[in-house]
Amino acid sequence: MENLMPPLLHVKDLRTYYFGFRGTRVVKAVDGVSFSLEAGETFGLVGESGCGKTTTCHSLVRLLSPNARIVGGRIELEGEDLVGKSSREMREIRGRRIATILQDPMASLDPLFSVYEQVAEPAYYHQSLRGQKLVQRVKDLLTAVRIPSPAARMKEFPHQMSGGMRQRIVGAIAQAGGPQIIIADEPTTNLDVTIQLQYLNLLKDLQRASGVALIFVTHNLGIVAKMCDTVAVMYAGKIVELRSVRGLFYDPRHPYTKALLDSIPKLGTKAPLYAIPGQPPDLSALPEGCSFHPRCPYAMDHCRTEEPTEHRLDEGGRVRCWLAMQEAERA
Amino acid sequence: MARYILTRAFYSLVTLWLLVTIVFGMVRLTGDPVKMHSEVGADKAYLDELRRRWGLDRPLHVQYLSFMSGLAQGDFGYSFAKSLKVRDIYLDRLPNSLKLGFGAFIISLALGIPLGMLSAIKVNTSWDSVGKVFALLGLSLPGFFVGLVLIIVFGVELGWLPVMGKGEHWWDWRHLLMPAFALGWYFSGAMVRITRSSMLEVLGSDYIKLVRLKGVPEWVVMALHAFKNSMIPVLTLAGLNLLIMVNVAVVIEVIFNWPGVGQLLYDGLTNRDFPMVQGVVLMAGIMIVVLNFVIDILYAYVDPRIRLSR
Amino acid sequence: MPTTTARVPFTVVLPRAVQRSLDIVRAAPIIPLLVLTILGFAAVFAPVLAPHDKLQPVTPTAAQCQARFGFPDCPYVDGMPPFWYAQGSLHTPLGTDYLGRDILSRLSYGARISLVVGITGTLVAGIIGTLLGIVAGYMGKWWDQIIMRITDAWLTLPSLVFAILLSSIRGPGLWNVVLILALVFWSRYTRVVRGEVLSLREREFVKLAEVNGVSRLAIIFRHLLPNVMNTVMVVFSLQVGISIIIEASLSFLGVGVPPPEPSWGLMMAQERESLMEGKWWLAVFPGICIMLLVLAANLMGDWLRVRLDPQLRNR
Repeated sequence: MENLMPPLLHVKDLRTYYFGFRGTRVVKAVDGVSFSLEAGETFGLVGESGCGKTTTCHSLVRLLSPNARIVGGRIELEGEDLVGKSSREMREIRGRRIATILQDPMASLDPLFSVYEQVAEPAYYHQSLRGQKLVQRVKDLLTAVRIPSPAARMKEFPHQMSGGMRQRIVGAIAQAGGPQIIIADEPTTNLDVTIQLQYLNLLKDLQRASGVALIFVTHNLGIVAKMCDTVAVMYAGKIVELRSVRGLFYDPRHPYTKALLDSIPKLGTKAPLYAIPGQPPDLSALPEGCSFHPRCPYAMDHCRTEEPTEHRLDEGGRVRCWLAMQEAERA
Repeated sequence: MARYILTRAFYSLVTLWLLVTIVFGMVRLTGDPVKMHSEVGADKAYLDELRRRWGLDRPLHVQYLSFMSGLAQGDFGYSFAKSLKVRDIYLDRLPNSLKLGFGAFIISLALGIPLGMLSAIKVNTSWDSVGKVFALLGLSLPGFFVGLVLIIVFGVELGWLPVMGKGEHWWDWRHLLMPAFALGWYFSGAMVRITRSSMLEVLGSDYIKLVRLKGVPEWVVMALHAFKNSMIPVLTLAGLNLLIMVNVAVVIEVIFNWPGVGQLLYDGLTNRDFPMVQGVVLMAGIMIVVLNFVIDILYAYVDPRIRLSR
Repeated sequence: MPTTTARVPFTVVLPRAVQRSLDIVRAAPIIPLLVLTILGFAAVFAPVLAPHDKLQPVTPTAAQCQARFGFPDCPYVDGMPPFWYAQGSLHTPLGTDYLGRDILSRLSYGARISLVVGITGTLVAGIIGTLLGIVAGYMGKWWDQIIMRITDAWLTLPSLVFAILLSSIRGPGLWNVVLILALVFWSRYTRVVRGEVLSLREREFVKLAEVNGVSRLAIIFRHLLPNVMNTVMVVFSLQVGISIIIEASLSFLGVGVPPPEPSWGLMMAQERESLMEGKWWLAVFPGICIMLLVLAANLMGDWLRVRLDPQLRNR
């Protein structure tokens, strides 16, 4: 995975904390996250609700709520650090270089504006298209996401469309600014199961056609297997394992990853469903040592006292676990 | 959309009928109009005569039918004190109240909406506190108190503004200023509240988030998307408020000696002119029902979700 | 909202127990409670606290007589200013009205009227409205339709105007005003309660009771009523403020609580001519009292609303 050119996106030790109750309560939502992304690559970000995946994505484009701050780290987009940029500069990045697809198609579109107006907006502001050129661009975008009769559809309003179609429009909006990276935050979670596969295929086709890099946030490992090249598993604000998709599924190293894989129901057996014991931790009161140790079946004494550091694996990838580190050194 | 309009129309008619019946019933059930409207210690013969004159000696359902049929023809009865038709007197005075109400309406919008928006955009900061305090004061200070204070400060002490009456010409704004402010005061508070909460809801929505994620300039996010979406409930309330202002201006009109329908109500009270009082109340209710209906229709045109439905 | 990165703000991490107590103190509505206590006190203990009688003119001091008439002896002094004026005195700290009565005492007794009328009227309205709302929401079908249509029609009548209509029939009087308030405002409760009940009705504990054959009446009183009380209390506290203002308005117009009882609204009305003479305090003090009371009631209502609505609680 090493490259002589700088990666498209390089996140180094990102920390984003939420400050509540006038600074007395600190939630370490993102606590030392590092990863990189190449052009055309699909990067999966996996984890349970509340592990920090969405906050990481919001930190990349710096659309955080007022009580959240990026307190450390670097976000390098083609070498430029985004953390130090002003609000105005970040605004230019949003939509033009990094676009986002949100989870709920029913809530993502402004009910009072037509489809045309909403898809045209990024193209209007980022590519300064006007008039006929703008109309043509919208038509092309809608065609690319496989909306039938785009010219007629453009004039319609969101409430006249189904969830699947709305989500495709959101996809068109994401493409409209001509971005280098698209962040898809659980884009299929709110869609009908039958539509989900269609949508994923659509994203893959779009990616192939435009060479855009995709950051895919999900809690569904099946989707990861289908879509992603590299996967990062997050737990309690940290990346606990970062592997190629093959490596993750065939040779998981972190106990949490193993547990996630075990909990996928398997067809054809009557074995009882496995659920990870315990609850996800309270991010404002993390346990000492490794955040996962209360739920880990392999926890050692060392795990309870000291936080594991990241360990680079010989076959590529990283893992953050004392046990995995021991096993890797033994091999 | 046609179906929507028809349902609304039907519903409004039902409400109208119920309204009128309620007024009819309440009047007859809560006391004896005749006794109230005659001198203390009047003898029975006099009371009976009044009863007969006002048709209150007839059986209830007969009274009701004649009441309803009169209303349907727009007849609200005769004013006892002025020996003219209630309707004529009322319509003569209505423009004045409309003028006052409209002035108050403008003031409430001009004060309330910007403050509400500011409050929402700068939520939980000191600007927000200003807005919240203003809203609270608006709701807690009775309009007539504000009116009296204004009279004291601007009328008596400073002598800047005239204190009584309406003024000679229709463009005499100096007479309008204080009563309109006093009347609009309460509603400014209400406007701040609803603008703030509506704006907050819109600002927290997914679609605004997406618009920001698109990299649209912040001022466009606010002025175009947030503003338009948040105005829907605000304007509905505003429209309704206008009409309420026209009708509840009683005390303000009395204080400032403004010749509107509120003063008619007051005169009716002091003169024991019952048909007048009833007439004003009925008109108030009827106007509000009609306005509600009109607003529903406007909704149908503005909101594409309704316009494009059946 | 876009933010810039910043230095880590100064954070103070306190122990949990201290944290919790601070939260409670910070959340308590101290100011309105203080105001309400003071006014409540003044109302309840008026006979003891008020320096003078509410109905009889004050027996003036020699100094006052001298100031007012130029003689050391007189039966009463009218139109005396508050004590911080040259002509005023601490004998009548807030001045006297056109009949020579002490304003402070009358304000104190007036608190009684406002509180009694405001609370009782809203209470009665609340009882009627809540019951109707529960019936409409729970019984459904015809009950719901009829009650709600009537409620909607009732709500279209502006309160003040409707109140004036009713008082023109019943006449002035304290209990009349209470009755009028009840008649005018019950509909506010009904609409809200019905909404609550509609959603409560689908909840499991209600269905459980139904399935076990509990009578509808029992369900209403044992399950529904306690659960709507939160909402009802919020509406109640906000309505009290409105009711007080309506009572003041009615008294101002002369159809509320009649003279010589010192209703604040009435006091303001009686002194309108004095305004022209520059004696502003006669009308302003009662108004300030109304404002404080209603403000306190509204703040309490806001606090209750935030506290009782689980969604808003952790804001």
